[in-house]
Amino acid sequence: MSRDSNILLSIRDLTMMYGSRIGCQDVCFDLWPGEVLGIVGESGSGKSTLLNCISAQLEPSEGQVSYNTRIEGMKEVYQMSEPERRLLMRTDWAFVHQSPRDGLRMNVSAGANVGERLMAIGNRHYGDIRQSAENWLGKVEIESDRLDDLPSTFSGGMQQRLQIARNLVTGPRLVFMDEPTGGLDVSVQAKLLDLLRSLVRDLGLSVIIVTHDLAVARLLSNRLMVMQRGRIVEQGLTDQVLDDPQHAYTQLLVSSILQT
Amino acid sequence: MTDMLKVEKLAKSFTLHTQGGTTIPVFEDINFSMQAGDCIGLTGESGSGKSTFMRMLYANYLCASGSVNVFHDGRWVDITTATPHDILEIRKVTMGYVSQFLRVIPRVSTLDIVAEPLTTLGASEEAAKDKARQLLSRLNIPERLWSLSPLTFSGGEQQRVNIARGFIADYPIMLLDEPTASLDAGNRQTVLDLIEEAKERGSAILGIFHDQAARDAVCTDFFDVTKHRIEYDG
Repeated sequence: MSRDSNILLSIRDLTMMYGSRIGCQDVCFDLWPGEVLGIVGESGSGKSTLLNCISAQLEPSEGQVSYNTRIEGMKEVYQMSEPERRLLMRTDWAFVHQSPRDGLRMNVSAGANVGERLMAIGNRHYGDIRQSAENWLGKVEIESDRLDDLPSTFSGGMQQRLQIARNLVTGPRLVFMDEPTGGLDVSVQAKLLDLLRSLVRDLGLSVIIVTHDLAVARLLSNRLMVMQRGRIVEQGLTDQVLDDPQHAYTQLLVSSILQT
Repeated sequence: MTDMLKVEKLAKSFTLHTQGGTTIPVFEDINFSMQAGDCIGLTGESGSGKSTFMRMLYANYLCASGSVNVFHDGRWVDITTATPHDILEIRKVTMGYVSQFLRVIPRVSTLDIVAEPLTTLGASEEAAKDKARQLLSRLNIPERLWSLSPLTFSGGEQQRVNIARGFIADYPIMLLDEPTASLDAGNRQTVLDLIEEAKERGSAILGIFHDQAARDAVCTDFFDVTKHRIEYDG
């Protein structure tokens, strides 16, 4: 089947070495539009390194990251000029960090955090910017009377939702998420999962989500990759990988889940 | 009769790496087919691999060898070699599966959970919810519960939500794993009616039914998986 023209992101032979240590090695995969890809594995398995390399935040030692740009089609991300790559990261891409503090500016208001991304791509009308900031806070269930408050006055769950609003306001096509539900208590996590899934469905987003929580991976992702010591040891449909794991490491991971 | 599903020379084994790499052979040389309007009951005692076989057909379990050809969108697709994208498309459009477990995101309402397969197929929100309401009413889920997450429901109620979700999209092929377990007589009859209606629409149905009466009421044929079972005395 020739779906090649539809591929949104294509990763080939990606390797990242930290000196003689392996961050990630020989990673190859494609991502389709509207697809949610989960990356699981224990701490230190290279999940975040891989995510940072793919999302143009950490230049890999070897390999290609190609993205299907709206105008010019497939382009190698690390071959782009610096301004071009910056623009891509501010418009078509979004990155949701595990800690909202890494993705938010803590000393400006919630509204400004959301509005800033719009200004960065050239919006100048204050009223419009404030209006879309307010709309987005509504979508992530933050009351509009908190628009002028600093994120530092928000709870952890609210900060995470604010970070998501800040990221999605520019209408990205591809969202990278690093443990977006980590560190949140379960009721807040459930709310966030529900929010993420409806945003993915309603906006047709493609997502690459790194998590160590297999339950989160099962509920959010269509496809799953399992990493161990920097390599992808197994990949496939999410429910197949979790219900009939083939690799020794995946079997160990799945059999280590606590039952509630 | 129109063929809907053809299984040829299918085999399955499990390799347990956590137990020293022991390989447990399960099935070999399964040949099986279903036509539109069939309702085939899987038989074999508990633990004989009925659910395993069903999961292999749904590509939830990998097969060791052989093929599972599904008639999807006017062509035959072998689900054992299909890409994840094709499998997801087959599950969206052609093949439904009602498992014994309800797996949903917390906080999402019962009505939305039941309506979802239909909206995914492109139906309008309103049309999907209308049909979801009809199914939930038929399955005696009280209206006051529709806006709540089913995670707090009783086992029988969860099972009925699962059935409503499974039957909303009129799939051409349906796999039903114990759809009548833990239901009272009235609800069991509703499920049997839903199965009859699906057969009349031309769906091909494969079911695991624990109770004999239900099995005899809807099944047009039976398939005994134990005949293909490999004995293992490791």
